[in-house]
Amino acid sequence: MSWITALRRRPVAGYAVVLLGLVTVGMGYGALAGPGSPASAAIPGTVSPQTIAQGKELFQTSCSSCHGVDAQGTAQAPSLIGVGAAAVDFQVSTGRMPGKDVGPEMDRKPVTFTPQQIHALAAYVASLGGGPAIPSAAEVTPTGANTALGQSLFITDCAQCHNFDGAGGALTYGKFAPALTASTNTQIFEAMLTGPEAMPVFSNTTITPAQKRDIIDYITRLRAEPNPGGFSLGRIGPVTEGIVGFIGGIGVLVFLAMWITMKRRES
Amino acid sequence: MSESQPSHGLAPEEDGGRSRAPHRVIGTPPPAQARTLLGEAPGSAEPEAPRELPAGPDNPAKASTAEKVIAACFLLSMLASIGFIAAYVGLEVHSVDATLRSNLALGLSMSVAFLAMGVGATIWVRSIMPNVEQVEERHPLAASHEEREAFAKTFKEGAEASGFVKRPLLRRTLIAASVPLAVAPLVVLRDMGPLPGTSLRHTVWRRGMRMVVYGPNTPLRAADFSIPGQMITVAPEGFTENQDVLAKAVTIIIKFAPGQLVPNTPSKPGTIMNWTVDDIVAYSKICTHVGCPVALYEQTTHHILCPCHQSTFDATNGAQVLFGPAPRPLPQLPIGVDSNGFLIATSDFHEPVGPAFWELG
Repeated sequence: MSWITALRRRPVAGYAVVLLGLVTVGMGYGALAGPGSPASAAIPGTVSPQTIAQGKELFQTSCSSCHGVDAQGTAQAPSLIGVGAAAVDFQVSTGRMPGKDVGPEMDRKPVTFTPQQIHALAAYVASLGGGPAIPSAAEVTPTGANTALGQSLFITDCAQCHNFDGAGGALTYGKFAPALTASTNTQIFEAMLTGPEAMPVFSNTTITPAQKRDIIDYITRLRAEPNPGGFSLGRIGPVTEGIVGFIGGIGVLVFLAMWITMKRRES
Repeated sequence: MSESQPSHGLAPEEDGGRSRAPHRVIGTPPPAQARTLLGEAPGSAEPEAPRELPAGPDNPAKASTAEKVIAACFLLSMLASIGFIAAYVGLEVHSVDATLRSNLALGLSMSVAFLAMGVGATIWVRSIMPNVEQVEERHPLAASHEEREAFAKTFKEGAEASGFVKRPLLRRTLIAASVPLAVAPLVVLRDMGPLPGTSLRHTVWRRGMRMVVYGPNTPLRAADFSIPGQMITVAPEGFTENQDVLAKAVTIIIKFAPGQLVPNTPSKPGTIMNWTVDDIVAYSKICTHVGCPVALYEQTTHHILCPCHQSTFDATNGAQVLFGPAPRPLPQLPIGVDSNGFLIATSDFHEPVGPAFWELG
């Protein structure tokens, strides 16, 4: 083990260890905060009694343990009577439902059901008592949308939680507003319509479907914006930029200053 | 007053048999004889020791390698500088994308140019320049005794000759002329602007003024805002483009389920129910801490959060402060509906909105 001892006693060994630690922490964070999984979209279509029956069967095997046999709700989970097909489609097509472990916030995860099964589940829950329907593809396609109005609405009523860039942000007690980077147009529309979890409801009478399409247009255009300098840094603004500035910038300067003043090894 | 003082161990062959002065660590006080910066006892000057520098580097082979590395650094710096000029001349800046690319190229080439030059200079110092510490004592700052006496004599003579002491009329009128000149800038400060008057206490909200959804600027019926958990930012109709007005008047409205709002009682503050319509309540969107827009509303907990400093208000309870630096609740706006069912304000806010100010008490 003498070669380790020899390495340890080199004057640069201390700096190397610090650098290695910083790199490890950074890589570990990067691995943990990796990009989310892609989502599948639901297929709206006609509703037949067979579809509702299939949905009921799926519900009873996969959802009823928490939401109750008749979706009446239990101590663990809310009633689903009247939440509507849009809420079901949003929760299931983003993978949030069926929930695996109950935490402060259900996060997006790989989807359990096929689009056809999600449609059947949504049809069953809608048959229990109204609620907003799944928007059609035409309703959520922002062709010819007013991006400026979308920006105005997004900045006023969405950006506080979801960040000015749709990158999401923290709420209280472990809850958080998710990033909007992986959401489909339908999912954004449904989230506004139904107000999942802590999110307020933005019904079609308050923000019209056309205005919702403006917001969707703004969000999708934001994703295509280039990153100045080539690094997005999570697009969450001054926090990551400050950390990179301090640890990256000042850290490099500290190492350079150490190198300049380091005692020369005697030959 | 300078002497060569080779440090310990680094160049022992330079020591030349003289007494080894203790090596001084940077930051510790200098030895006593170096502290007499103001004046010195005559005749205390020590004889100057000759400065000695080694003729060449310790290891010529290493120095030759270092020379090549340094030259490579300087050439890299030169190329980067030329690249900077080329990027400045060659890259377009007439679109956002092009400007981003131009900034990246300019920043990168300039930092490489400076960094390579600095690295080269540092290697030069570390590998080629002689490694001996030269110590030079500070010279005393004070002038000699003779010079000080001569100055005092000249000053006194000048004061006598000018008549400043002998002629009190001149002296006093000069002082009388100086005082108003010093006061003049203070008078000018008066025109920094009118005092805010009562404008901090009022907004444009008036009885009967409609609330419009900010952005599309459309009025809102109470019946269209009927799902518990709804929240939206509203502005006073007719002032949606006036940022000065909006900075104070912007308001959020929140719809609750019946029974969720906690009514105000004399013993316990809460929501003033006369100022709500169908369990719709309106609060100022301007945080009472430092005026950030508070619209982080959690419909599950009914908390309104400020994104700037995490002040948390309870929306069911008259926006009482639950947490954070905000000193008082968000002011509640009295609202009602007009004959067409549109949401209106029924008066201005009854207390100042936004951060505290000097006269608020």
